[in-house]
Amino acid sequence: MSDPIVQLQNVRKTYTLGASEIHALNGVSISIERGDFVTIMGASGSGKSTLLNMVGCLDTPTSGKVKINGTDITKLDDDKLTTIRRDNIGFIFQQFNLIPTLTAIENVEIPMIFSRVPQNLRKERAMRTLEQAKLEAEYAYHRPNELSGGQQQRVAIARALANEPPILLADEPTGNLDSKTGKSIMELLVRLNEEGTTLIVVTHDQKLTEYSNKTIVLMDGEVSNDIY
Amino acid sequence: MISIEDIQSNMYLQLAKRNLKRQTFRTVLAAIGIIIGVIAISSMGILGNSLKMSVTDSFGDIGDKLLIYPAPGEDGVTEKQIQQMKKVDGIDAIIPAYSTGDRVEYKNSYTFGSIYSIEREDLEKLAEVEDGQFFKSGSTDCVIGSSIADNLELRVGSKIEIGDSRLRVVGILKERGMGFDIDADTGVFTSAQMYEKMYPGEGDEYDFAIVRAEELDKVDDIKEDIEKLLNKKEEVITVFATNIILESINEAFKSISLFLMGIGSISLLVAGVSILNVMLMSTMERTKEIGVMKAVGASRKDVLTMFLLEALLLGVVASLIGGLFTIGAGYLILSLVVKNTSYLFSLATLIYIFEGILFGVATSLIGGMYPAWKASNMRPLDALRYE
Ligand SMILES: Nc1ncnc2c1ncn2[C@@H]1O[C@H](COP(=O)(O)OP(=O)(O)O)[C@@H](O)[C@H]1O
Ligand SMILES: [Mg+2]
Repeated sequence: MSDPIVQLQNVRKTYTLGASEIHALNGVSISIERGDFVTIMGASGSGKSTLLNMVGCLDTPTSGKVKINGTDITKLDDDKLTTIRRDNIGFIFQQFNLIPTLTAIENVEIPMIFSRVPQNLRKERAMRTLEQAKLEAEYAYHRPNELSGGQQQRVAIARALANEPPILLADEPTGNLDSKTGKSIMELLVRLNEEGTTLIVVTHDQKLTEYSNKTIVLMDGEVSNDIY
Repeated sequence: MISIEDIQSNMYLQLAKRNLKRQTFRTVLAAIGIIIGVIAISSMGILGNSLKMSVTDSFGDIGDKLLIYPAPGEDGVTEKQIQQMKKVDGIDAIIPAYSTGDRVEYKNSYTFGSIYSIEREDLEKLAEVEDGQFFKSGSTDCVIGSSIADNLELRVGSKIEIGDSRLRVVGILKERGMGFDIDADTGVFTSAQMYEKMYPGEGDEYDFAIVRAEELDKVDDIKEDIEKLLNKKEEVITVFATNIILESINEAFKSISLFLMGIGSISLLVAGVSILNVMLMSTMERTKEIGVMKAVGASRKDVLTMFLLEALLLGVVASLIGGLFTIGAGYLILSLVVKNTSYLFSLATLIYIFEGILFGVATSLIGGMYPAWKASNMRPLDALRYE
């Protein structure tokens, strides 16, 4: 068996606000295998986003160890974190977070620019990825403000897929969508997982845990149970 | 190879363009600052240069001449010395002259002028006749400068009085401007015979001689050679090279140009601060966007490039517009200050416009540096959380 693709060992994250300390993560150890579909659940403020950001190399732990695809990121500087993130992680946000000045297809091209994909390949690949995310081709040249929430999230998913990362992270991806649209977005994510991408989703949706092969429930920065 | 198309479809450039368009009003204000700065710098440079050109022009083509005066204590420049000087290399002409100052009368009015005895062929080398002709050798006729003609309302054929002598004006010289060799505009030129009649006994030694060099860069050598040759034993003559004057005029006006451009650059400084301000505002507004960019793989260098490109684009466009407007502004300033717009169409103008554009672009880049650096160093998480 190969190494786990994501591995956290006794990870702590402490924020200091004035005199008080907040332990957003309080000794979390998890390991996620290639191809896993992991749901992270827990009350608001329990540390779900903090955990996801850690896996996404947007943040580093106060103590403990985080290994992504074999690399220990705990001690890396900003530039090295950026490279690891660029090559391994696709991020999907609750707020979609598309660049408002760019069209759908250009938003998908952005990560490819940063990974230096030649220009003549970019457009074509972006188009294919949008198709994969089930955005109708006619919307490819629309700006985000001309798209519905569901369409925007599809663009965001396509953007996350642009560099074909082995890990997809989604922080409440359906939180801003109505239930019907949310369901179709979830179905899309599940299918991507079935095609081989490791998927980690923060969600409040109990139903989703049926699809996932692992659910992590957080409570005050600690893993409260670990269901297989 | 990078083609025009590549540049046009370059996403960084597209991004820069669109981000600038997002806040059109603010961008235009910042651009106006740069435009004004570029106009100020280059038109001040052009003004300084035109002032210089108008002064050097009014001195005529003096640079290639050397003036030979008797050294202090000597009576004059002798014929023998003139012959000796002919041996020096690079000399185009040696023009010996007698001169004195006197009262020139016509009817009931008078003025003061410089009276010269210069051979007719020599005078032809120094000045042009506008009206009439040069005097004949040995005649009692004279040729006068344009300002004497104006002052006394003289025409060809008028008879002027100098001391007890009456001279007929046969020619009036073209206005030549100030000079260090002869005062052509206030001069009265006549033959050696007539001069001797007017000022008897002064005709043994010349008052001075004008030496004209074949080329401007031979002037210094000629000066050295003449001094070596004639002042071997004792100092008998003083050589004055007029190119020194040109050089000091050039020096003086270089400082004036620099000073004027310095004043112009203050407005560019203001423009730079406004760029800084605008870019800083847009990094604040786009904090979240920067966070997203970093989250999807933008390195610090990528973000830095994006913001600098924005500043560069703004700077280049505004500076080019400023350069274009400078031609109009330069025309206006020159017609008001120097009253001669022909100086606008010179290489120097082009250089100053180019300099202005360069400074404009540099200012934008410098103004954009801090905001770009700040944006690139934002931590993605902080940026994402920012609302
Ligand atoms: N940058 C920060 N500074 C201070 N406190 C923070 C910061 N980020 C998160 N926290 C705190 O850490 C805890 C966990 O936050 P988070 O991971 O966002 O929870 P969740 O996503 O589960 O709602 C919360 O109490 C939150 O207030
Ligand atoms: Mg959260």
